[in-house]
Amino acid sequence: MRSGIFTQGTRTTRWAAAGAAMVMAGVLAGCGSGSSGGDSGTITAYVYGDDAVKVQQAAVETFNKTSKVKVKLVPVPGVDYVNKLRSAMGSPNAPDVFYNWGGGSIKPYVDSEDLVDLTSTVKNDATLKDGFIPSIMTAGSLDGKIYGVPMRGMQPVMLFYNKALFAEHEIEPPKTWEDLQAAIRTFKAAGITPFALGGAEKWPELMWMEYLLDRIGGPEVFRKIQDGDTDGWGHPAVLKTARTVKELIDQGAFGKNFNSVDYGSGAAPTLLSKGKAAMHLMGSWEYSTQLGKAPEFAKKDLGWTTFPTVAGGVGDPANIVGNPTNYWSVNARTEHKDTAIAFLKTMASKTYAQALVDNGDVPTTSNAASMLSGSPNPQFATDQYEMVQKAPSFTLSWDQALEAQYATPLLTEISKLFAGKTTPEQFVEAMKAAK
Amino acid sequence: MSHHTPVAKRHGDRKAAVGSAGRPPLAWAVPGILFFAVFAIVPLAIAVYLSFTEWDGLNSPTFTGLDNWTRLFNDSEFGQAAWLSLLLTTISWAFQTPVALLLGVWAAGRQRSRAFLSAIFFVPLLLSTTAIAILFRALLDPNFGVIQTIGPWLGIDPNVMGSSTGALLVVAFVGGWQFMPFHTLIYQGGARQIPEVLYQAASIDGAGMVRQFFHITLPQLRHTITTSSILMIVGSLTYFDTVLIMTKGGPGTDTTILPYLMYRTGFQTYDLGYAAAVATALVVVATSISLIMVRLSGFGSMRSTREGM
Repeated sequence: MRSGIFTQGTRTTRWAAAGAAMVMAGVLAGCGSGSSGGDSGTITAYVYGDDAVKVQQAAVETFNKTSKVKVKLVPVPGVDYVNKLRSAMGSPNAPDVFYNWGGGSIKPYVDSEDLVDLTSTVKNDATLKDGFIPSIMTAGSLDGKIYGVPMRGMQPVMLFYNKALFAEHEIEPPKTWEDLQAAIRTFKAAGITPFALGGAEKWPELMWMEYLLDRIGGPEVFRKIQDGDTDGWGHPAVLKTARTVKELIDQGAFGKNFNSVDYGSGAAPTLLSKGKAAMHLMGSWEYSTQLGKAPEFAKKDLGWTTFPTVAGGVGDPANIVGNPTNYWSVNARTEHKDTAIAFLKTMASKTYAQALVDNGDVPTTSNAASMLSGSPNPQFATDQYEMVQKAPSFTLSWDQALEAQYATPLLTEISKLFAGKTTPEQFVEAMKAAK
Repeated sequence: MSHHTPVAKRHGDRKAAVGSAGRPPLAWAVPGILFFAVFAIVPLAIAVYLSFTEWDGLNSPTFTGLDNWTRLFNDSEFGQAAWLSLLLTTISWAFQTPVALLLGVWAAGRQRSRAFLSAIFFVPLLLSTTAIAILFRALLDPNFGVIQTIGPWLGIDPNVMGSSTGALLVVAFVGGWQFMPFHTLIYQGGARQIPEVLYQAASIDGAGMVRQFFHITLPQLRHTITTSSILMIVGSLTYFDTVLIMTKGGPGTDTTILPYLMYRTGFQTYDLGYAAAVATALVVVATSISLIMVRLSGFGSMRSTREGM
């Protein structure tokens, strides 16, 4: 059977193979061309595809009812968002408007002059100028220029604590560094880990660095680094921050095994809810995490407060760090810039803020305060909103404020510092040397 | 195709007849070659090219000559990653080979309940790497995992994932646990090929189980060991998913093996030129090791293990 088919089939086979090759080549070539985006009368908006997309979808539908040029919303699944955006921005199919985290997440596009500078637009427009909490507007800016308009809820980092444990040991949540030291001593003596820390992942450790540096040296120290000056890592406050981290670790503030504690699997939040740890420095999403995993604890014993002062520090204790919000930015190559900006203005509207509140988010608009009583978690939402509104400065999470080429080595170096692989001095040197 | 070749060689007079009728013309290899070219050779060539450029994935790559390669040889992080890869490969091989070999030889026999137990041993291979990594991560949680209860009994610190040595050993263990069934299968197949008559002769001569194993089974499995070892070594050198999920290269950078370093440089730092250099170095090392092993073991010449029978 074999020989017959093989010998006789040779000619046909060659043709089949050649045909297959041509089809393949065609497919490969096809990847390059494709339709160019922005058909007349439509602008494309990329958004991070998670549960909150429905809020943006509703806003788009409302906007399209009155606008001549329509907005087309493209939700990109979360894990792929950064990579997909990066490839799209380098191609003719780039979105006209896109979701981002401000700061370092848009730095490459600012450098390649792909973004519309919105500074003067915002200054000359009352809706945009007064529509949002000022610290939020500046948090995502670069070199004093505004490239984005806030479009989702805020996620400040807060100090969460277990009320029952504090009551049992008759102490108050720490407001100063001495309070914090006293709390560490008390809880350690009782065999309780003072602070839960998911050190198997790097970003929870980053939150400690962010707050300590802000309290020790003020927000200007990191602002300088965010604006592109890596020598900023040489500021004495950075070294003091790294030394403070080491002191806390040596004191046992995070327990002995924090290096193998996960956040994603729920291990760190569970330490807090089970009373094995007394406090947890985490983004405001900790509240909904606890509500989902330990609803009774969340309703009864979960407390939250601001990060305490640090002895000798110059930073305002009302400052906060975290993810101020997400922003819409506009592609400089868009054919419908006016439509894009008109769409961005709707983000400051009462309807949009209300939709965010109904979704459980805390909007960053100035008009949101009165709506929060209708939030699914009114007390937490109101406290969070006031904390952010009163904050003189809101520092964007370092890993998002910096470009990937700096943020990745930063996370690695922080992980080495927390794992005791490097000294505070080595940390500073490594960050100054990061290219 | 391969087992036709020796026949043709041994019977030279019949070569012409067998060759034209039995061997397919080259055209049949075209789809395969094309596939291999498009999905292996071309990407490899592009990676080699990129290793001489600086590229952020956004703008066009700029040619920087040997910059990435000089950096590679002076980069202490690359040195550490290469050392950790080597260590992981050695540990994995030393851990998997004896166990898989013994299990394979055992599974080749005709004992009662053998089929049933073999089926159970085979299960890890059917699970996804991601699922396995998440499962072990949960088991090894220092506060809530099984390790917290049984660790002290076994003399293991529950903080095993937080220690440098512990984390690397765990990665080696999880990889071994997952891939051992596959190598067991290879050894089972190899052991089944050993002619029964050798064992019969040995028992007549009075050789016991242990002597039979060392004097018949092991030498007869020589080529199987080479095959399995090459697969293990190349597998360990390119091991990635477990590290990504279980340790993210940590604590610090103590499980940042070469493939993870490549991923971090390429897809987190977007330094794609340098990542391509790391990738190319990895390809060169893995290919060299395989070739050296093939050459040293005489596997390449495909001599039959049954010669002299």
